[in-house]
Amino acid sequence: MSKTALDEARLERRLGALLRAGVLAAATLVLIGAALLLWQHGGERVSFAHFSGEPRALRHPLAIAADAASGSGRGLIQLGLLLLIATPVARVAFAAVAFWRVRDRLYLGVTLWVLAVLAFSLLGTR
Amino acid sequence: MTLLAFTALIALGSFVAGTVGALTGLGGGVIVVPLLTLALGVDIRYAVGASLVSVIATSSGAAAAYLRDGYVNLRVGLFLEIATTLGALAGGALGVWLSPDRVAVIFGIVLAVSAVLSLRAPARVAASASDRLAVLLRLGGRLPPVAGGDAYAVRGVPGGFALMFGAGVASSLLGIGSGAIKVLALDRVMGLPFKVSTTTSNFMIGVTAAAGAGVYLNRGYIDPALAMPVMLGVLAGSFLGARLLAQAPVARLRLVFAVVLWLLAAQMIYNGLTDHHV
Repeated sequence: MSKTALDEARLERRLGALLRAGVLAAATLVLIGAALLLWQHGGERVSFAHFSGEPRALRHPLAIAADAASGSGRGLIQLGLLLLIATPVARVAFAAVAFWRVRDRLYLGVTLWVLAVLAFSLLGTR
Repeated sequence: MTLLAFTALIALGSFVAGTVGALTGLGGGVIVVPLLTLALGVDIRYAVGASLVSVIATSSGAAAAYLRDGYVNLRVGLFLEIATTLGALAGGALGVWLSPDRVAVIFGIVLAVSAVLSLRAPARVAASASDRLAVLLRLGGRLPPVAGGDAYAVRGVPGGFALMFGAGVASSLLGIGSGAIKVLALDRVMGLPFKVSTTTSNFMIGVTAAAGAGVYLNRGYIDPALAMPVMLGVLAGSFLGARLLAQAPVARLRLVFAVVLWLLAAQMIYNGLTDHHV
C-alpha cells in the first residue's frame, strides 16, 4: 500500500496542463513548417493516390530532427507531429513519476509497462 | 492539383469532419478517413496515418477541460491503457499486412456499427460490488469526485480488458479514436457511471492513438504534407463542434449524421469489395 496518499485531483490538473501545452507546441511547429512548405513548394503538383512510403529522413526521431534542423518544411511539420505523438507518452511518464513518489508499486509498474510499449512502437524493432 | 489547392481543400474538409465528429461524439477520425479516401482519392494508408495524428491532437487538446472536473478514473484509464496500447501495436502490424481493400471493408463495418452505437441511449447496469480483481487494482471511485461523494464499484475487469484490446486494434488499423468501443467497455461491461466512462475514454484515446501513430511513423505511413492540414483542420473543427454542442439539437443531428455515416460505410465496403481504388 502507499505510504502517502496520491493527490489525484492535483495530478489530473497537471496532466491536463501538460497535454494542452504539448498540443499547442506541436501545432505551432506544424504551422511554421506548413508556411515554409507552402511557400517553397505550394505550386508543385501533388497526389496521394499512390502509396510509396516516406523516405527514411521522415521516419525516425533522430532523422526527423536532423531534417527539421536543415530548415525543410516537411521536416519541421514531421517534428511537430513527432512532438504531438510524444505528448501522451510524456503524460504516462509524468504519471509514473507521481506513482513512484507515493511508493505505489502496482501503478508504477502499470505506467512503466505502458511506457515501454509506447517506446517500442515509436522506435520500432530496427 | 497543386499542393496549395490540395492543402486548402483537405484543411476545409477536415474542419467539417472535426466539427461533425465533436457534435456526434464519434470523433473526427471516422469521418475524415472516408472523406480523404472517397472524395479526395487519397490512399487509405496515408489517410489512416494522418487521421491518427489528428485523433491525438483532439483528445489531448480537450484533455485539460475534462481532467479539470475530476470525473476521469485515473487508475481504470492507466490500467486499461496496457490493453489499448498492445492492441494498437497489433492493429498497426495488421494494417501493414492487410491489403488496403480489406482495411476499407473493415472500416465500413466499424463505421456502420459506430453509427448505431451513437444513437443508443446509455443504459448501464451499475456494479453493485467490485469484483476481486477490481478491488486488488483499487479501481473503485467516487461520484461526484469529492471525499463525500458516493462510492461506485467496478466489475468485469477481464471482459473490459479484452474489449479495450479490440479498441486498440480498431484505433490503429483504421485511424480512429474508437471512443464508442471504449465507452462500451467502461459503461456496459465494467459498470462505471456514464460520465466517468466518457471522460475516462477520452483520457485514454490519446495514448492509444500515439501507440498506433508511432508504428505508422516509423513505417513511413505518415506524410507531413497530408497530415498537416488534416491535424490542424480536425483540431479547429472539434473546438467549434464542442462549442456548438451546448445549443445544438443533438438528438436530431445524430440521426441525420447516422444516415450519412451509413452511406459512407456502404460506399467504403462497396469500393473495397469491387476493387475500386480506395
